[in-house]
Amino acid sequence: MDLFAFIKPKNELEGSEEKTVNQPYVPDEMWVKCPACGTMLLSTDVEENDHVCFKCNHHFRLNARQRIELLADKGTFEEMDSDLESRNIINFPEYDKKLKNSKISSGEKESVIYGVCNIGNIRTVLVCMNPDFMMGSMGTVTGEKVTRAFEYATENRLPIVVCTASGGARMQEGILSLMQMAKTSGAVKKHSDAGLLYITVLTDPTTGGVTASFAMEGDIILAEPKSLIAFAGPRVIEQTIRQKLPRDFQTAEFVQDKGFVDKVVSRHYLKDTIKNILTIHNYGEVE
Amino acid sequence: MSAYDKVCAARDANKLTSIDYINNLFGDSFLELHGDRNFADDKAIIGGIGMLNEIPVTVIGLEKGRNTKERMERNFGMAHPEGYRKALRLMKQAEKFHRPILCFVDTSGAFCGIGAEERGQGHAIATNLMEMMALKTPVLSVFIGEGGSGGALALAVADEVWMMEDSVYSVISPEGCASILWKDSSKAPEAAEKLKMTAQDLFDLGVVERVLRQPKAEDKKMFESLKILICRTFEKNLAVDGAELANLRYERFRKFGN
Repeated sequence: MDLFAFIKPKNELEGSEEKTVNQPYVPDEMWVKCPACGTMLLSTDVEENDHVCFKCNHHFRLNARQRIELLADKGTFEEMDSDLESRNIINFPEYDKKLKNSKISSGEKESVIYGVCNIGNIRTVLVCMNPDFMMGSMGTVTGEKVTRAFEYATENRLPIVVCTASGGARMQEGILSLMQMAKTSGAVKKHSDAGLLYITVLTDPTTGGVTASFAMEGDIILAEPKSLIAFAGPRVIEQTIRQKLPRDFQTAEFVQDKGFVDKVVSRHYLKDTIKNILTIHNYGEVE
Repeated sequence: MSAYDKVCAARDANKLTSIDYINNLFGDSFLELHGDRNFADDKAIIGGIGMLNEIPVTVIGLEKGRNTKERMERNFGMAHPEGYRKALRLMKQAEKFHRPILCFVDTSGAFCGIGAEERGQGHAIATNLMEMMALKTPVLSVFIGEGGSGGALALAVADEVWMMEDSVYSVISPEGCASILWKDSSKAPEAAEKLKMTAQDLFDLGVVERVLRQPKAEDKKMFESLKILICRTFEKNLAVDGAELANLRYERFRKFGN
């Protein structure tokens, strides 16, 4: 985890730019503190436990590379459009700087990564959003990559798994970020009309424009325990209605209870669950 | 006029609302249809059927209300999930009978509240975006005031989007943007400028097809020419095969940020 990344010396952070993109960021800190129960955990232990706290089952946030490592069969992930990068299309103040900093701190070029891989030996398109990159916000390149992922899956008659993590639309790209909601939804619809399977995995946090587009359009919607899943975030609602919200409001379990998530699945069983769903939908294993 | 002046003009309480447009364009032929068949009738969205000259049309509008009492009743034009679901129900009905769909957009955004979240605001908007993209009947959206984010887009996945010259359309309110980015909502005028949210800015970005002059309440002539313009667009699109029309709609949105 890079919970302590901010106290690292500046030159070391800058060095992370040169890392090959395919390598997950491996922390050298020995201990991490569980934000939910406060227990100090040996970071190697946490890593071996799928980044889940032994004591309270808190699911630490994963970046996109860690998520791919969790779900894709070893060595099968082939990334696509890895070179696409956002530009400051409407000349929004300070956006260039923000993009640069996000690239440096995350080691990624955008808030989403996609490609094709095997999951339990079944060929699948896999899309993972990156909460490390501007909180997974959806800009035009994010929307473009998600759209291309669906188009690729439709053309090749493949199922698709999308792991969401996003603060919503990226306001620094103005209306064009909003348009990505419609664009991605159109691509989902074409994939769906072709009779193909789309599994969504909602992870912490999934909010705003992503919730109101492809996150909620899956045939089967899974969610990680205790993830925040919302259209409007809790702070916005508290400001609007001027009252405190119940504690479990907008957690994955709450959203399942209200009927908008098929199943909350612990990270330990996520890959097996996805493999099982793919099998039930008659997607066969590759030779 | 600065961008923020336009935002204020778009929010002006004396501005014509969807009901005014519907009355002026459809007259007595308009029949309001209520409810989403699931939960309730959301009064923030008004919908129904009527005749536009010789063309039967389904019309749906976000309605802010014209006085304090109405505004309370209509939740200031901020729809709940059941509002978006009602809209989609009427659109599917329009598709069945191959009627064109006319949407009026005027909202600060989808409502943020406990009930809205519990009933799946995100899901309701997402479903509209996905289903509207594939409607095999013409869809035209006209922005007549505020176009607030996903709550506006949920009625604006259309073949063409038109805006009144004093209307705005944005991913976030300028106040929200300023308070998130600069921790100071009084910098809203600057945010309005930078977000490129006025009708003219959006026309320049290629996000809208037409910028129209705002009709005045009593100006029958202007409504008449608006009616002709809408009818012509519908006639043109009714001649296109439904599946092809849906494809063209997808292509329209596909190009943004390509």
